[in-house]
Amino acid sequence: MFGLLAAERALADWTLNMRKGITALSEETWTLHMQVFWWCVAIAIVVFGTMIYSLFAHRKSRGAEAAQFSHSMSAEVIWTVIPIIILLIMAVPSAETLVKLEDSRKPDMTIVITGYQWKWHYNYQGENVAYFSSLARTSADARRKGSGIDPFTVENYLLDVDRPLVVPVGAKVRILLTSNDVLHAWWVPDLAIKKDAIPGFMNEAWFRAEHTGTYRGQCAELCGKDHGYMPVVVRVVEQDAFDAWLATQKGQAERVASAE
Amino acid sequence: MTTAVADRAHGDEQHGHHGPAKGLTRWLFTTNHKDIGTLYLVFSLIMFFVGGSMALVVRSELFTPGLQFVHPEFFNQMTTMHALVMIFGAVMPAFVGLANWMIPMMIGAPDMALPRMNNWSFWILPVAFSILLSTLFMPGGAPAGGWTMYPPLVLQTGDAFPFLIFSVHLMGLSSIMGAINVIVTILNMRTENMSLLKMPMFVWTWLITAYLLIAVMPVLAGAVTMLLTDQFFGTSFFLAAGGGDPVMFQHIFWFFGHPEVYIMILPAFGIVSEIIPTFARKPLFGHDSMVYAASSIAFLSFIVWAHHMFTVGMPLTGQLFFMFATMLIAVPTGVKVFNWAATMWRGSMTFETPMLFSLAFLFLFTIGGFSGLMLAIVPADIQYHDSYFVVAHFHYVLVPGAIFGIMAAVYYWLPKWTGTMYNETLGKWHFWLSTIFVNVTFFPMHFLGLAGMPRRIPDYATQFADFNSVASVGAIGFGLSQLLFAWVILQCVRRNGDAATNEVWDNPKGLEWTVPSPAPYHTFDEPPQVSSQAAFS
Repeated sequence: MFGLLAAERALADWTLNMRKGITALSEETWTLHMQVFWWCVAIAIVVFGTMIYSLFAHRKSRGAEAAQFSHSMSAEVIWTVIPIIILLIMAVPSAETLVKLEDSRKPDMTIVITGYQWKWHYNYQGENVAYFSSLARTSADARRKGSGIDPFTVENYLLDVDRPLVVPVGAKVRILLTSNDVLHAWWVPDLAIKKDAIPGFMNEAWFRAEHTGTYRGQCAELCGKDHGYMPVVVRVVEQDAFDAWLATQKGQAERVASAE
Repeated sequence: MTTAVADRAHGDEQHGHHGPAKGLTRWLFTTNHKDIGTLYLVFSLIMFFVGGSMALVVRSELFTPGLQFVHPEFFNQMTTMHALVMIFGAVMPAFVGLANWMIPMMIGAPDMALPRMNNWSFWILPVAFSILLSTLFMPGGAPAGGWTMYPPLVLQTGDAFPFLIFSVHLMGLSSIMGAINVIVTILNMRTENMSLLKMPMFVWTWLITAYLLIAVMPVLAGAVTMLLTDQFFGTSFFLAAGGGDPVMFQHIFWFFGHPEVYIMILPAFGIVSEIIPTFARKPLFGHDSMVYAASSIAFLSFIVWAHHMFTVGMPLTGQLFFMFATMLIAVPTGVKVFNWAATMWRGSMTFETPMLFSLAFLFLFTIGGFSGLMLAIVPADIQYHDSYFVVAHFHYVLVPGAIFGIMAAVYYWLPKWTGTMYNETLGKWHFWLSTIFVNVTFFPMHFLGLAGMPRRIPDYATQFADFNSVASVGAIGFGLSQLLFAWVILQCVRRNGDAATNEVWDNPKGLEWTVPSPAPYHTFDEPPQVSSQAAFS
């Protein structure tokens, strides 16, 4: 058991790259990221390679005599035109993905997300289901200075909440973002969504999760002292599980209403 | 009337051949460009250590998950103040100091054009930073809303708030006066035969920088003044409840902020354009295209500001425009890097400390450029934005970019300033330690950002622990290495080392190498004669 945990930790720890995520667009984003990365690597090999060769070959200690050329129109044209071509190659798919990211038409459901210092509020539009989502008790206890609790013993330290956002797999979920006080940003890397929550304004984003599971993120816009302590947790479940969950939530909401 | 005449007579006498005044008044009342340059540089070095100490508080806290040393409130004060001190206190004054020392000597002028304003523009700075640093001891602590001062959060600052605004105003005032001085000096005081296109690259890049400063510092001043009136005078520029728009602040701020980025890098471009030809023993490749590239970068810097805010919810067309404009910056920046590489090509290179720092600049700034290109791709930027990937990116362009440029300049010109050669062995130690530790510190931050760690958090999930520890070790190593830098400079100032020749290096180009080392208190009483064919860099 401990061996398994250790292995899992070791896998997670030295993560080098962006995750592909769980939506078509998060994967497209990942592909763009890799494309531009490999272009950079290719350019680096050529440019750094040339410079490193020059650093070894053209040094005074090896008796190199300095040439005195200082102009070449053709060279200048070549290294202006080639980067422009590479940029055009990158610009087209980037623009295409961006257009898709912005197309939030015809959603299956809409959730209004409001940022507070320092928690999130989720409101399932038209469903009479709304609740706050705050840092989980276990993390909240351990995070205090001098708490004496080792963060490594806390499951999902700082990335766990009391009540996650629950969404159905395969549905087009539109989120409307705003804030009650200062700026926040709702970020879930696996959904490739990061959008600012701005007081007095509504922002829009959407995702269609392709896999069930629990996905974690954080507030990404500095929002005061507890900015580091307002995680986002999204649970993606099968449609019928979601329906059942929603019915329970509505029942609770109605009981609360009738009790009043 | 008589006083005026007397003052003038006194002024004329001051411009005679005697040396500086004695004691503290020399520094308080000086109008000498070399003295003022020295003041700027010393101030900048002190601020570099102040800002660096703040960074070490941040990195110590982030060494391991959990809170060990500070509370989140103080952590945020440290990140905010670190940025303000480093940008406005360390990097910008260092460049102004180098401009003061070198521009008159490089263009054959006896001094800066506006010497009294020069004195004032420096002495505002210690006042501004005394005000800013004093906020650390105020109720509610120092500003903690980030150096970007985004409302509404910045309006939650405690007693420090008006002091923050006022100190930013003062810094802006100082920068604008410094920039006016640079422009007037360069446009009016060049020696005969030095046409604009024959100016050394350092002078050129500073001329462009000065225009950027004059264009954008008032914009920053306007933005923070609107914050001030929102807070105290009932306006609602940035408050939605009163019909304002918090995002408008970001647009205004980054209209200043992006040119500001180039204000901090263009002079460094100029510095390495001076140093690489000297140590490659070969003229700078494509001098004119370097000028055009720097000018294009300056122009483009005005139309890319919103790439700092791709997550605020802009219209699609706006995002597309800012993405394409941002990508375009890679072209002139590429031209500069290729020209430096071509300058080295088939040269006869030696690797003294200034050259080593310039080479590290070339490689590591380019890495920052690559991550900059990645950040231009909007869908990918949505993942990178406000993560440690961004922290890695801007530290690569600012530390091994701007700051290595400054260090290269200090090693390059220190023998001219002090008349004493620095200790080459210690200089090389300083270089290698700095270069290794800067990478240990900032390279892992790319991985942290891609793994999903947001910036400006005092504590983090345990899967980020390992790379954070590595970065913290690197930061402490980098910080300690800089003590060596201070030591090397101190040794030179104390004349502890070999006497420097007038040329210092192996046949360097430029008028600064025609005057004795150390440079006399007054240089070029007569405009120096240069041939119309001479190349200056």
